[in-house]
Amino acid sequence: MAKIEPGLYYSESHEYVRVEGNIGIIGISDYAQHALGNVVYVDMPETDDEITAGEDFGAVESVKAASDLIAPVSGTVVEVNEALEDQPELINQDAYGEGWIIKVELSDKSELDALMDGAAYEEHCNNE
Amino acid sequence: MNNRLYGNLIFELSHPGRKGYSLPANQFGSFSTSQLPETLLRKKDAELPECDELTVVRHYTNLSHNNFGVNDGFYPLGSCTMKYNPVINEEIAARPEFTAIHPLQPEYTCEGSSAVAAELRRMLSEITGLADFTLNPMAGAHGELTGLMIIRSYHESRGDNARTKVIIPDSAHGTNPASAAVCGLEVVEVKSLADGTVDVDDLRRLVAENQGTIAAMMMTNPNTLGLFERSIPEIAELIHAEGGLMYYDGANLNPMLGACRPGDMGFDVMHINLHKTFSTPHGGGGPGSGPVGVRSGLEQFFPTVGAFNGNFGVYIKALVYILTIGRENIKMVGPLATLNANYIKERLKDVYELPIDSVCKHEFVFNGLKDKSTGVTTMDVAKRLLDYGYHAPTIYFPLLFHESLMIEPTENESKETIDGFIEVMRCIAEEAKEDPEMVKSAPHTTPIGRVDDVLAAKHPVVTYKQLISCADTNA
Repeated sequence: MAKIEPGLYYSESHEYVRVEGNIGIIGISDYAQHALGNVVYVDMPETDDEITAGEDFGAVESVKAASDLIAPVSGTVVEVNEALEDQPELINQDAYGEGWIIKVELSDKSELDALMDGAAYEEHCNNE
Repeated sequence: MNNRLYGNLIFELSHPGRKGYSLPANQFGSFSTSQLPETLLRKKDAELPECDELTVVRHYTNLSHNNFGVNDGFYPLGSCTMKYNPVINEEIAARPEFTAIHPLQPEYTCEGSSAVAAELRRMLSEITGLADFTLNPMAGAHGELTGLMIIRSYHESRGDNARTKVIIPDSAHGTNPASAAVCGLEVVEVKSLADGTVDVDDLRRLVAENQGTIAAMMMTNPNTLGLFERSIPEIAELIHAEGGLMYYDGANLNPMLGACRPGDMGFDVMHINLHKTFSTPHGGGGPGSGPVGVRSGLEQFFPTVGAFNGNFGVYIKALVYILTIGRENIKMVGPLATLNANYIKERLKDVYELPIDSVCKHEFVFNGLKDKSTGVTTMDVAKRLLDYGYHAPTIYFPLLFHESLMIEPTENESKETIDGFIEVMRCIAEEAKEDPEMVKSAPHTTPIGRVDDVLAAKHPVVTYKQLISCADTNA
């Protein structure tokens, strides 16, 4: 069964945001990595790129499908997880930890209110 | 099974200096290649394999045994319409009157060939209810791009340059958004309802939100779940009222043959895959052909998207198919394909999960095995089918379900063939319970077993040189 980490914010399209101060760490949920299967490539933005909530900021490619990454929040990219370039499987192994994708400086923290908490996200996954 | 010598790569069979030909004595003895200008000389050897003729023949004959086509067995590859390619198509297309002409020769010397093209255009128009077709596009996705170019030109001709968005259902073929992107258009995705068809309320909201910017809506009908989109008149009215055009992706035209016509449903532009619906070879054995049709008034926007007249040989075969079947019998194609698909669906839905339980058209989608406790996935079922001599169905598409397994039998198959397939699918469901590990490690009888698809995606080895360097690294 997919793990759902409490304390994170989740989007309907299965991205999560871990908030640390003014920084949001974005990745895809354990449920999403499970559904995608073995991840073979991650297309990521570059540092200083702006991302906008609701728009795609990259893509995750697995043996089954290529899937757009939809930004759960808006902000400026301050760091991308370069380890994913050689080891995209980190997303499968540790979606909430080493498999994080980008860190952004949040431009509007109120956007977090539109996202789900762990319990609501679990409900969302059960309905998929 | 491959011979252990001739089944090797042709490069591994190579011996320096060995050859399968003998040239006559050199009549230009005084001339040496070193006299050629430096720029025309090769810098390094071509490194071509060197073999005798018999070795070459045996090598490729061995390789051909690894192939699987419609002529080898049942090929239920959903959304691809893997029809039988009648031999008469090939015979007619191979006639010297067709093969010995050149696209640059004067048109009055090949009027018969021009007549073939004109006749096919007329028939496609009649079958689809559209005004005219261009036979120029080389394949389905090329047809989509051509169709979108027509739509762009139409809007631009009216000075309506703000129309840059294309509405595409979330169940669409991946080529739809890809073609839109290549054409410089932006994709707006419309959701599906729980019954698998387009959510008209969501569409209405999107149309209102994007007023004045919608160039077109692309639809596949029946959609990729094999379901007939019942709201087309309402959707067409909505899009037309907004000023957009309706594009019909003809990938799933087969079940519509003889039943209804895209032109009558309100579509303005469409493409046809001759290599699906009209029985010309499909897949690696192509080439394909993707004629694009338009309603009256749009003919002036046909672009030139390829050299000469497209894949001429393909459209001879399509015309032969239409003429061989005839006006009356072609009406049976759609209903028979639909009957076959529904028969398989109903006979398997107690052991495979059918997420949308309704009457389908020419194809349908299971969401893996019904019993998920065994851990056997759609991938495993598809691999196990190879052991029984069937081509695998389309898997993990459409993306609406996690374990999609999409079956399209076409109208060609006999009841015995279909019953045999059903029996094997039921047998695999049983094996999944009794010996899941065996199914998860399938195939066991093919020349190549389960491939490591993650490694293949991350580090593809596609040339002999790469293979050698891999071997060196691992040594």
